[in-house]
Amino acid sequence: MKLHLKIWRQKDASSAGKIVDYTLDGVEGDMSFLEMLDILNEELVSKGEEPVEFDHDCREGICGTCSLQINGEPHGPDRLVTTCQLHMRKFNDGDTIVIEPFRAKAFPVIKDLIVDRSAFDRIQQAGGYISVNTSGNTVDANAIPINKHAADEAMDAATCIGCGACVAACKNASAMLFTSAKVSQFALLPQGQIEAVERVQNMVRQMDLEGFGNCTNTGACEVECPKGISLTNIARMNREYLSASLKG
Amino acid sequence: MGILDSKVPSGPLADKWTKHKNDINLVNPANKRNIDIIVVGTGLAGGAAAATLAELGYNVKTFCYQDSPRRAHSIAAQGGINAAKNYQGDGDSNYRLFYDTIKGGDYRSREANVYRLAEVSGNIIDQCVAQGVPFAREYGGLLDNRSFGGVLVSRTFYAKGQTGQQLLLGAYSAMNRQINRGKIKSYTRHEMMDLVLVDGKARGIIARDLVSGEIERHSAHAVVLATGGYGNVFFLSTNAMGSNVMAAWRAHRKGAFFANPCYTQIHPTCIPVSGEHQSKLTLMSESLRNDGRIWVPKKMEDAVAIREGKLKPTQIAEEDRDYYLERRYPAFGNLVPRDVASRAAKERCDAGFGVNKTGEAVFLDFASAIKRYGKEKALTSGIKDPDEATIIKLGEEVVEAKYGNLFQMYEKIVDEDPYKTPMKIYPAVHYTMGGLWVDYNLQTTIPGCYAAGEANFSDHGANRLGASALMQGLADGYFVLPYTIGDYLSKDIRTGKIPTDSKEFEEAEKQVRDRMAKLMGGTGIHSVDYYHKKLGKIMWNKCGMARNAKGLEEAIKEIAELRKDFWQNVKVTGTIESKNQELEKAGRVADFLELGELFAKDALHRNESCGGHFREEYQTEEGEALRDDENFKYVAAWEYVGEPKDAKLHKEDLVYENIELKTRSYK
Repeated sequence: MKLHLKIWRQKDASSAGKIVDYTLDGVEGDMSFLEMLDILNEELVSKGEEPVEFDHDCREGICGTCSLQINGEPHGPDRLVTTCQLHMRKFNDGDTIVIEPFRAKAFPVIKDLIVDRSAFDRIQQAGGYISVNTSGNTVDANAIPINKHAADEAMDAATCIGCGACVAACKNASAMLFTSAKVSQFALLPQGQIEAVERVQNMVRQMDLEGFGNCTNTGACEVECPKGISLTNIARMNREYLSASLKG
Repeated sequence: MGILDSKVPSGPLADKWTKHKNDINLVNPANKRNIDIIVVGTGLAGGAAAATLAELGYNVKTFCYQDSPRRAHSIAAQGGINAAKNYQGDGDSNYRLFYDTIKGGDYRSREANVYRLAEVSGNIIDQCVAQGVPFAREYGGLLDNRSFGGVLVSRTFYAKGQTGQQLLLGAYSAMNRQINRGKIKSYTRHEMMDLVLVDGKARGIIARDLVSGEIERHSAHAVVLATGGYGNVFFLSTNAMGSNVMAAWRAHRKGAFFANPCYTQIHPTCIPVSGEHQSKLTLMSESLRNDGRIWVPKKMEDAVAIREGKLKPTQIAEEDRDYYLERRYPAFGNLVPRDVASRAAKERCDAGFGVNKTGEAVFLDFASAIKRYGKEKALTSGIKDPDEATIIKLGEEVVEAKYGNLFQMYEKIVDEDPYKTPMKIYPAVHYTMGGLWVDYNLQTTIPGCYAAGEANFSDHGANRLGASALMQGLADGYFVLPYTIGDYLSKDIRTGKIPTDSKEFEEAEKQVRDRMAKLMGGTGIHSVDYYHKKLGKIMWNKCGMARNAKGLEEAIKEIAELRKDFWQNVKVTGTIESKNQELEKAGRVADFLELGELFAKDALHRNESCGGHFREEYQTEEGEALRDDENFKYVAAWEYVGEPKDAKLHKEDLVYENIELKTRSYK
């Protein structure tokens, strides 16, 4: 296939960016979206031009490094995949594809398609953990039986890969789906109860400090989430937050 | 030779670790506050070590090239983590896990280290549950287990097909707690460019801020390298694109011996290569071999017809299928260890029975598991006389619950539905058992420089068993290093802060800058990827699943030539003083071009077949690996002396006091 690419190029955080047009020939359906960009970059390098920088690492949809707003959608048109798992068979010969970085005030552009998502780390640092020492002197694992459904639901929330698609999809650039996934994981498990009050308050406070918007229940985040994290988690976090506020 | 002291404590095997912990020196809490530790890499080993060391009171700095510690490649481990809990009551014990690991490694690992690993394995599960890791559970609320290759018990704990992710997020959360307390300073998008030695001791690193391009000096009293394996020397592997050997190789060049580089694990169940554009290979978890049956057609004409697209696998009758693992290894069947399964697949494909366009794929079939589970489910759901369609529907639901995410992953990549037609799989480079040589304390041959997780060589011998990498990473990080490093640091309580304006730091920084300038100064003919792919082809063809002396000799020569060409003609765009992914890749490929040569040299010198190292000259009549315990029962630790081909060999003899050396058999 032959594709027309419109790609956001930006030298660094302090420079202005712009869309640049490229035409790429010889793209095959079996290629992943990032392999298509590899080929473009190989061509650019051979011409002595700077390649398009984008974040990527595991290329199997689990590390959460890759991003990209493809034709207006985080991780492109396919569902339940990250950009690295998106294959070119989802596109047609002659298509025009617009490729931009994830857009959010809290995710400043570093270069080209790369954004800074360290705000997510800071939200986790504010309370996304259970305060147990890692010395190994704890109780036997089976001393804490956990209802299978609760464990499975906690696991579903815990599969968030922290890619930021939820923020990029949201018209308010809200990080509620991301934050609530972690809050939910611990809210559903007995181990998480002890610090439940402080956790939700601290994480929400940090989320607000980072400049993420509020949730208005449009649900775009759930649709675009490559891991299918459910909107229910946001409801659970709201409940946790309210009850924490009442407890003081 | 002779300087390799593994420092294994005396006494009975089962008491060594306890005794050692009682004997070593401690650092008191007040003094810990004055001691700095650098941890490079934030995967299971690095993340766990950083969190624990910080919790103990040391000042920790962590470095990772990713944009967050949570993205280290441990995250991609799918199937599970082993622990000798014996929750299933199937006869498991520390000894059995120890024995399975030594045997699985084809008798090329150190007894005392492996026993310690088995001993702390149970603690890992306790620890992770306390951290809120959502392991799979049974309806009674207790933890569930499954089985992995090379063992006869169910000791693998798992969190769907994302066990590595959940364990890493556990370690990351423990790190976050310490970052929040100010005890860890986390440097993301930073790459270690070199190790700095002062008076022969590791005292810091030179790092590059990958965003600004700035070169930084960081000092510490000890440096932990937890930087993973070097599988990307093959270009195509299941590793992340950024996984590299730079930190370990820089340490090697500064005096850390590199052990058994030729021990590489080729994982049997990966999605086959689809074309020249391929940038990486995707693993399908070993857990699938619990239920999937591996086969190729019995008749050559069927294989040809399948390759040409004229026949579908589902059209081949049961009696015309060759379930070659079940045929060759009746005792372990589809659950033989990885090296055995990989070689068996290669053997069938080389014989012409491969089932995809390139002839390099075999089937992994779930049809019988779907039927078996479907019948069981129908029975427990009270459905009487279910028809075939109901059974298959119910069976598919069970299989989806177990492996749903893996099936989805396969479908997205290959565009075929693995519930309806068997998966096609082929072996791919996955894990490297070799790595920096370490003693019992995980210290390299450089005082103060430690190596943990996949970056060291210590526990898996010549082949790693499934679900043991996660176990080793966390064991090293949570439970071993925090003790052993204290013994070393107890001598540093009066040292004070290590200054970064010394001539050693200055010199190291200058070397780093010169090297980068040299990389940027090539004539600019070929891209970095061009060289990486070329290196990968040499490695795969001549140092891959089967090796021979002639090919290895050629590889050594070809890699040296390629390296020379690289340094003269590589094209690196952009500048040093800015974000530059081409420059990052160039530095990593430059080190792979040296490691590859040492790899081939190591493989050439080891005139035997063991585990993942298969030399065609050394095999039984049935094509099984032929070990030579008389001449090669040792760890080959290489000292850097200039060109990799000139590396000097040091041997650590492996002593087996508790296990009898046998020919490995899974028949």
